[in-house]
Amino acid sequence: MNEMLEGFLRALQLIFSLNPEILNISALSLRVSGLAVILGSLVGIPTGTALGLMQFIGKRSLIRISNVLMRTTVNAFMGLPPVFVGLVIYLLLSTSGPFGPLHLLYTPTAMLIVQLILTIPVVTGITISAVDGVGEEVRDRALSLGATSWQLASTIVREARGGILTAIVASFGAAISEVGGIMIVGGNIRWFTRALTTAIMYETALGEFEMALALGIILLMLAFIVNLSLAFLQLRGVRR
Amino acid sequence: MTPLLEVRNLYKTYDGVEVLRGLGFTVDKEEFFVIIGPNGAGKTTILRILDLLDYPDRGEVFFNGISSTQYARVKYVLRRMMAVVFQRTRLFDMSVFDNIAYGLRIRGVREADVHRMVERTLSLVKLRGFEKRNALTLSGGEAQRVALAQALAIETELLLLDEPTANLDPASASLIEKVVASINREKGVTVILTTHNLFQARRLANRVAFLLNGEIVEVGATKDFFAKPQDARTKAFLEGKMVF
Repeated sequence: MNEMLEGFLRALQLIFSLNPEILNISALSLRVSGLAVILGSLVGIPTGTALGLMQFIGKRSLIRISNVLMRTTVNAFMGLPPVFVGLVIYLLLSTSGPFGPLHLLYTPTAMLIVQLILTIPVVTGITISAVDGVGEEVRDRALSLGATSWQLASTIVREARGGILTAIVASFGAAISEVGGIMIVGGNIRWFTRALTTAIMYETALGEFEMALALGIILLMLAFIVNLSLAFLQLRGVRR
Repeated sequence: MTPLLEVRNLYKTYDGVEVLRGLGFTVDKEEFFVIIGPNGAGKTTILRILDLLDYPDRGEVFFNGISSTQYARVKYVLRRMMAVVFQRTRLFDMSVFDNIAYGLRIRGVREADVHRMVERTLSLVKLRGFEKRNALTLSGGEAQRVALAQALAIETELLLLDEPTANLDPASASLIEKVVASINREKGVTVILTTHNLFQARRLANRVAFLLNGEIVEVGATKDFFAKPQDARTKAFLEGKMVF
């Protein structure tokens, strides 16, 4: 217990002394996860919205069947094991793989690709639920007031805004806490691809608990700050 | 003269249950037409079909002599000629002002005019001071007044009201009745209102139709309809002897 307390105090010291390595690791984590969330949202929100809106406009059986198939695929991908994604991307980017010549393996870009594959289904899936939750009454109201199809779509998205922000929050949580996949494709290279989660694993294996704890505290703080900001946005969105 | 609205031989079935059975009626311009009938008679279904939110299995609706099927690809064009208020209208998750402005903004009305028209409508439904409130936080009566204001702000030729005062407190119900009666009388807006409230029908209507099991049993001028009903079923309904 004493050891843990000492570790905790040392961790705080490392944080407040602005240790350059800790700063580098934190910045990389934020950059990769943040970019994954932004790009994932750019893909996932329109996709989820389109799939969600199909229930409002898709009465024909072909549209319904394809909608069900796509939703099932998204749901299945929401539970993708990160380590497996990491392995597949590793094989694709490795020298003998089809994308080997791009020399992306063991780079932050490879880590970003893994995180994107993990965040897109999360954003898409939760956005679908949010749009689904809007309900037929809102559709009827917008149409009865004379909305065109595009105006209806934008109204439904606006009504679903709280849920869509939840999708972004959840995807950030998934991205920042990811470890297995980015370890495989990033290689945990010091000053280059070492992220908070992979560094914690590494420092723990070395017995450097103070450093591991410091990184853990930063990870928690970052997750808390980002989630808090999004939660405020969510609250504002709901109240508007 | 061509009636504003003509409904011809409408049939509609939901899950094997025939809700409308060869329904037909006409409504003239500037008329206040009330459809009375018990719950489940098909009142809401008619209004949903008139507003193109639902489709009949058979039959046709003519608006100013033009079949509504001709608007199949541009339904919003026909919908913009009418406004509807349902029994429990779901308002948008935005301020009262934005809810009322919605119909105007999607029509591309200039923002200065939007403000003027919303303020005027808010006064009409006695909701001045509620502009910034989120519409989802309102009481049932206030919410229904906002729903009516949404419909009035866009100044359509036809107003469809589906039991707009059901479950409301007497003050809200009375206010809604007064507003609707005045826009019919003063602005010449044609109103079709469905209700099972006989007193309300008597107070508001120029003509009344009795709907039972998806069929119009009887239509007549308000005074005659209540004083001398022709059909035995209408008589039984008016006398409260019809048990459902």
